[in-house]
Amino acid sequence: MNTWAVMKRILKQFKRDKRSVALMIVAPMLVLTLMWLVLDADDQTLEVALVDVPDQVEQQLDDDSAEWLDLSLSEAEKSLEEGNIDAMLQWEEGAPLLTVEGSSPTTGGEVQKVLSSAFSSGAQPEMQVEFWHGTDSHGLFDYVGPVLIGFFVFFFVFIVGGVSFLRERTQGTLERLLATPIQRRELVFGYLGGFGIFTIIQSIIIAAFSIYILQVYMTGNFFYVIVVTFLLALTALSLGTLLSAFAKNEFQLIQFIPLVIIPQVFFSGLFPTEGMASWLQAIGKIMPLTYGAEALRGIMLRGEGLAGIQFDIYILIGFSILFTTLNIFALKRHRSL
Amino acid sequence: MDAILQLKDISQQFNQRNILNNIEFDIQKGEIFGLLGPSGAGKTTLVKMMTGTLVPTEGQVFMNGEQIPSLEQMKKYGFMAQSDALYQELTAYENLDFFGSLYKMSKTYRKKRISEVMEMVDLSGHLHQPVETFSGGMKRRLSLAAALMHEPELIILDEPTVGIDPVLRQSIWNELQRLKEKGITIVVTTHVMDEAEKCDRLALLREGEVIALNTPSQLKETIGVASIEEVFLHYGGGNQ
Repeated sequence: MNTWAVMKRILKQFKRDKRSVALMIVAPMLVLTLMWLVLDADDQTLEVALVDVPDQVEQQLDDDSAEWLDLSLSEAEKSLEEGNIDAMLQWEEGAPLLTVEGSSPTTGGEVQKVLSSAFSSGAQPEMQVEFWHGTDSHGLFDYVGPVLIGFFVFFFVFIVGGVSFLRERTQGTLERLLATPIQRRELVFGYLGGFGIFTIIQSIIIAAFSIYILQVYMTGNFFYVIVVTFLLALTALSLGTLLSAFAKNEFQLIQFIPLVIIPQVFFSGLFPTEGMASWLQAIGKIMPLTYGAEALRGIMLRGEGLAGIQFDIYILIGFSILFTTLNIFALKRHRSL
Repeated sequence: MDAILQLKDISQQFNQRNILNNIEFDIQKGEIFGLLGPSGAGKTTLVKMMTGTLVPTEGQVFMNGEQIPSLEQMKKYGFMAQSDALYQELTAYENLDFFGSLYKMSKTYRKKRISEVMEMVDLSGHLHQPVETFSGGMKRRLSLAAALMHEPELIILDEPTVGIDPVLRQSIWNELQRLKEKGITIVVTTHVMDEAEKCDRLALLREGEVIALNTPSQLKETIGVASIEEVFLHYGGGNQ
């Protein structure tokens, strides 16, 4: 019952505090858009070599979308090797074969987009794609997009959740609350509930925005994306409220960001960790964002279902339960009961 | 008379410093009990022990015979903290409604009590105004209203009149007198000497020790002085 009262109060406070709502919903969308503009922009005209491409196919290619160069195979391969062209289109046994230069992660995706739109008009056999350098078939933003969705949700929920719980203490309402018959866990669950409802909405909006408007590569189930984003938000909330117990004021809470949030960026898979020493990789294993990002990438890039992501989901739930329990204990400092 | 609060040999250390030393007294049902002392004397620490938010290093506190902290006893007192513990974004109504619901008050009962307590503290006209637009005095009065919401039998007030103009202070004291007439016990801390005169019984607190405890008039009579201030000086400074 008291849990419900706390939940209702938090939702009412959200209704009044439009700036915090904006910070949790608009800020992630804004930052994602900026990242998208930086990483997904088509920088210059693509240069694509055409090797033995039938004339009728060449006519389908749009002159504005790329610069098409008629080259011999050896010329084209030399240019690819030197990085002078972005891709090479060949015709092999009546089917198109695309070789992408591949050193820049964004151009590969661009070339494929241009070609598939050119080919969509006529009935063409399946296009094969190969890479001259590297094997990454996705644009950089497609690759980091899922991680960024997870990260920004985590970051902003951590801040807002942590600060609101801290303010409970600094404005004296925590002491006041603990002088009522409320139980410590009712208070913590109330926070989880109130913020939980809000973060469900937040997760839906941010995921939908990234997938349908920014068009981050997505092959999996939208519902799973929401579930993972929501669990990540819940973990961030329970961690934020827990750490707020160890901060005297808002400024001290902000000081946790370089300690708790920034390292997660490095280990969550935004940067490849495979080459790192195993003890360094182990650091990533204790960070919630690692699992959230792994699950989101699994769903969005590889189209994984529940079976593929359930391990990450259990871990995230485990983190939330751990942080929540610790928080209930941390409140013992304010009232032993 | 029965004791509603019993403090039994309370001592409190913090970082090896003694905050309170062997405090022992009872608070009787239906009285206005004052805790008078300069800031730093340990008043707020003592109040926290009465509300159960701080467990003394030594000694016990009993409310209605039950050792606290106890969730059962927490329903029975109302607490007004030194800081205005209110949610700034919410309206006066929403604040009272929230605190009321923590005592499992029904919706209709809450509604009825909200208009009663707002009437009491003379804030009826500001029911649906966000607290952040309130003046300091209005917030103090709303804090008092929040403490009275669930019709507690004991009210603990920590410096209720600090930073409040004389007219308002008078009206808060009048309110406390009215509550006393209804049989409610009131514990109030203050560092203002003339407020102390309005209490039925008074404990003088200095450096964590109760240096005197009696009715204001008897305190003055015993040592033959005219004001509580002189009583304080007599007990507090006399030992040195």
